[in-house]
Amino acid sequence: MLWLPSYATGPERLGRLAVLVFVALVLIFLIAPFFVVVPLSVSKEAFFTLPVKEYSWRWYQDFFGNERWIASVINSVIAAVATTILATMLGTAAALGLARPEFPYRRAVMSLMLSPMIVPIVIVAVGSYLFFGGLGLINTRPGLVLSHTALALPFVVVTVAATLSTYDTNLTRAGLSLGAPPVAVFFRVTLPAIAPGVISGAIFAFAVSFDEVVVALFLTSAERRTLPVQMFSGIRDQINPTIMAAATILLGLSIVLFIVATWLGRRGQKA
Amino acid sequence: MSAALAGRDLARAVRRSARPAQRVAFLLGLPALLFLFVAFVAPLGALLSAAVENPEVRQVLPQTAAALAQWDGASTPDEPVFAALAADLKRANEDKTAALAGKRLNYEMPGMRSKMLSAARMAGGASAGPFREMFIAKDPAWGALETWQVIARTAKPYTLYYLLTALDLQQAPDGSISRVDAENAIFLSLLARTLWIAAMVTIGTVVLGFPCAYIITITPPAVGRIMLLLVLLPLWTSLLVRTTAWVVLLQTDGVINDILLWTGLTAHRLQLIFSRFGTVTAMVHIQLPFTILPIYSVMRGISPSQIRAARSLGAPALSAFWRVYAPQTLPGVVAGGLITFILSLGYYITPALVGGPADQMISNFISTYINRDLNWGLASALGVVLLAVTLAIYGAFLRIAGPDRMRFG
Repeated sequence: MLWLPSYATGPERLGRLAVLVFVALVLIFLIAPFFVVVPLSVSKEAFFTLPVKEYSWRWYQDFFGNERWIASVINSVIAAVATTILATMLGTAAALGLARPEFPYRRAVMSLMLSPMIVPIVIVAVGSYLFFGGLGLINTRPGLVLSHTALALPFVVVTVAATLSTYDTNLTRAGLSLGAPPVAVFFRVTLPAIAPGVISGAIFAFAVSFDEVVVALFLTSAERRTLPVQMFSGIRDQINPTIMAAATILLGLSIVLFIVATWLGRRGQKA
Repeated sequence: MSAALAGRDLARAVRRSARPAQRVAFLLGLPALLFLFVAFVAPLGALLSAAVENPEVRQVLPQTAAALAQWDGASTPDEPVFAALAADLKRANEDKTAALAGKRLNYEMPGMRSKMLSAARMAGGASAGPFREMFIAKDPAWGALETWQVIARTAKPYTLYYLLTALDLQQAPDGSISRVDAENAIFLSLLARTLWIAAMVTIGTVVLGFPCAYIITITPPAVGRIMLLLVLLPLWTSLLVRTTAWVVLLQTDGVINDILLWTGLTAHRLQLIFSRFGTVTAMVHIQLPFTILPIYSVMRGISPSQIRAARSLGAPALSAFWRVYAPQTLPGVVAGGLITFILSLGYYITPALVGGPADQMISNFISTYINRDLNWGLASALGVVLLAVTLAIYGAFLRIAGPDRMRFG
């Protein structure tokens, strides 16, 4: 049970047991927030006490009955869908190029492509505000989508590149040598083979945009507010259980996206 | 024909034949690159230039700025400069823009805002000179060399003021640079605090994550897969949702305090939220998967038979682990630790919601300078400092681990 070889000594077994208990506690720590957010969202009380005594759907009714929350969901979905389409197309093409060893300055270009992942988000937000302000893109959907796509791009590039590393390029060569035009080879040979990676990348892009707070905070006004921005200002001003309902909905969405991505990942490995 | 020449021809021919393939590869990457230049690189450029731009005084006092361009800077300027200032201020008084230049001057010379405003009112009522005597009679500061040195400096198109301030440096009217007094020096300690919080988070995630990664590696695949799911799921969960959960957990009448009271570990409720402990705890929680995954992917490649070999050669269990296994995990620990350190430097949401005033990081100050003080120059300069530190560590990461080590899931 301790996953130790049979020759392990007594102290060794004790030590391993201690490590296992430690790891179990860390794993509980990792998922603890879910056991807070979900129960509180269905608690009848207006303040946060656990365990929950009485259950009710009132915070969900609050959420779905409130125009502001609904409008913020719609804004978020529109931005996230547009981001997903743009980032997936640009990122897949870039990954296809970068997967070729003859790409000029490959390492430098790859490092640049990944940098939106590591540049502090506030810097991106302030810079976008300054730059987009001159172009009249503040408080517009295109402005937000432009910024979110830049942030989502590295996730698509990395995911598709990982899938491409297992793709047999002989398939492309075979297609080309049989006389198919390159575009047909891409759509009928390469794309079906790397589809799990592309879709995983698309899911990542959607999640990045749907969760993003800081850039949205800088680039949107009240009527273009996204769901995370609405939540953020709620937590800042007056934290109430409706936010827990919103958090649970976001959580449910993440779990669905996560399951689909994991399933695709496994399918991609098998292919 | 010599062999060397043939070799060179051959190399050239090979290069030429590779060119179309290079072009195709590059063309595939081009749209994304162009996009990144517009949506990412250009905004960063806008931030860099906002940190050195200096438009206010030039805009409000254009004639003065032009007149001062020929000034030698050795003594108080003569009547023409004062006449230009009077004309500029007369217009500024009508347009109500004197406060704009006054605010900018006030950064470098406290008290200049009110002097500008009263001088603008005076200039609004004056029609004829001599202006030099009029200004000096109104306030002797207008006769001081320092005042004019500062005006001349702030009338230039670019300034180092914001970047110097972000590094706790100041420029005297005569142009010499010195450290600011201890009571005004806040930015270097803010940088140190940001680095310190990021370091604590990094150490926390390595200490908690290393045993996890190890156990996931050695357990049977069925168990390991479930453990891995528990690590990956939080990674997918919105950062805001997880921060919200920590706000609730850490509250004074929240769950953690309930447990502490119930177990008798404390006699009264502790202040956990709006504290350094709360900030670091929530950040460790959010960063933990980023540290675990690289360590795990390296551990997976280490053959378990090595420990067995060490044991069979007589090594005790602990030294077999620390001297044979652990050194090989170092690339994963370094990669995971660096990713977490880099990402922790830029935290904004978590310190804003879970931290107290003493736990705010550079990003929070940047936001405050924009939203509360409308001081874009200083906010941008702080951004430049944060960006420089982040990119330096990213460069170290790329040198040590390479860009292909960035992955998740």
